[in-house]
Amino acid sequence: MATTTKNIGAKVRELVVEMSHRSRSGETGSALSISDILAVLYFKTLRINPKKPSDPKRDRFVLSKGHGAAALYAVLALRGFFPQKKLLGHRVNGGIFHGHPSKGAAPGIEVSTGALGHGLSIAIGMAYALTETKSKVYVLIGDGECNEGSIWEGALAAGALRLPNIVAIIDDNKFQGFSASKETNPFDMAKQWSSFGWDVLRVNGHDTTALEKVFAKAAKAKKPTVVIADTVSGKGLPSIENTLGAHYYVPDAAAVAATKT
Amino acid sequence: MRRDFVTQVLIEMERDPSIVFLTADLGFNALEKIKETFPKRFLNVGIAEQHLIGMAAGLALEGKKVIAYSIASFATMRPFEQIRNDVCYHNLDVKIIGTGGGYNYANHGVTHHTVEDIAIMNALPHMLVLAPGYSWEAREATKAMLHHEGPVYMRLGKSPGIAYEKKNFKFALGKGFVIREGKDVVLVSTSNVLDVAQATADLLEKNHKLSVCILSMPSLKPFDAKLLLKHAEGAKGVFTIEEHSTTGGLGAIAATALFAHGFDGRKFRAFGMPPEHFLKAVGDRDYLLSQVGLESKKLARTIVQCL
Repeated sequence: MATTTKNIGAKVRELVVEMSHRSRSGETGSALSISDILAVLYFKTLRINPKKPSDPKRDRFVLSKGHGAAALYAVLALRGFFPQKKLLGHRVNGGIFHGHPSKGAAPGIEVSTGALGHGLSIAIGMAYALTETKSKVYVLIGDGECNEGSIWEGALAAGALRLPNIVAIIDDNKFQGFSASKETNPFDMAKQWSSFGWDVLRVNGHDTTALEKVFAKAAKAKKPTVVIADTVSGKGLPSIENTLGAHYYVPDAAAVAATKT
Repeated sequence: MRRDFVTQVLIEMERDPSIVFLTADLGFNALEKIKETFPKRFLNVGIAEQHLIGMAAGLALEGKKVIAYSIASFATMRPFEQIRNDVCYHNLDVKIIGTGGGYNYANHGVTHHTVEDIAIMNALPHMLVLAPGYSWEAREATKAMLHHEGPVYMRLGKSPGIAYEKKNFKFALGKGFVIREGKDVVLVSTSNVLDVAQATADLLEKNHKLSVCILSMPSLKPFDAKLLLKHAEGAKGVFTIEEHSTTGGLGAIAATALFAHGFDGRKFRAFGMPPEHFLKAVGDRDYLLSQVGLESKKLARTIVQCL
């Protein structure tokens, strides 16, 4: 039984690998890299109630990098938004869950995403609407996703508005579809966000204690805040960790056994 | 029609406090009254159309009714994916307003011409498509759009400056209007070429002794197929006139309705912008319309040849 966020992160990885194995689908590495971030968000940071998934007072979470969906489904199940057996419907004929989140497929999925670069502006709209409430909006973006021009349209707008209730998290797993992220964006991401008016925090994206602290700090900020989380693509599967192929990796039975908690 | 739109938006924003107005930096000499009257519900998001639509979707997810405003070409084409995924897939209460649809930004050039907007918006699930043709339709369409919950695209153009409405007209989404009664020929118009249809009808009646019916179709999705079929029955010819590509617009919508009900295709023709080329001619709107054959004398001549 997972009781600490560290264990929950490992449990998310176990479920992700099982789902990917069962449906013979990839995008595994990108789901594994956000496992600990989601564990901390859903078990420590977000003010949410699985029994009231539409509670207007809740914090919102937007998975802008929709290809990490398997990790989102896993953490929602673990948090009690729906029974774990629903995960059997991941990317299978007649199933429940696409490879990218679809709002309404199950409770807890706030926004349908999948095309990169959409989630930030959606989150900004939500945050703008919620400015006079206590709700915070958290949006998780991929480092490769920051290639999208729309990310910078949103970053500029939120910075100019000085939105106090939005926290962006960058899953800095150092890889994108066909190259290392540094090849397409060789510049300092912290400086880029900072120059658009955001407070920038950095954290080890697999240190659950540090993640909890940094999210608590971000939650108190009075302006848009971005948390750049250093993560490992393919986290938990040493044979694919920090490789380009992790994104496309379809786990075999040995991988399922290796991630069993 | 922009003035009619603004007048009605002010009324609707007063009525409904959930309405938020976003512009992507358009609206000089047009939107000032909205900005001044509702400063907390008006926001210039910058020259950032993808963000405009994404932010509109986020606001709508939180229960707002959002108007997203820009030039028709920029409002529909740059953020098409956001419109599809963020607005339509979620079936959100976002109203996309494209000003200057067709050739209204005539001598600005091809980048500002918008003759594909109806086709691409019409292809999207959940999206309703409106293209009012004159002041009354613009006011009524704005009102109906803001009483409707869900995605709507509305194209605004230059008003022909003629009041075509009749006392018995009652606007509703999906409803067309009989502007002129007639039996021999049916001219079907949308957006702001109703004056061209009128002039064409005048020529057909005067020079060729034909009885001409004119239907105005401000609502393209849903479309008043029933009205079209009723007037098409027994007519010698049905002709659509639109400031839009002949692919995917009024012509295609009308043809689908007519042909599905057995109407003889030889008695139908769609007039508009041929989709084979961009119109590179330089000139004002009337000049550009004449270049693509949307000019009453040419239309009347061609129609008579078709009969």
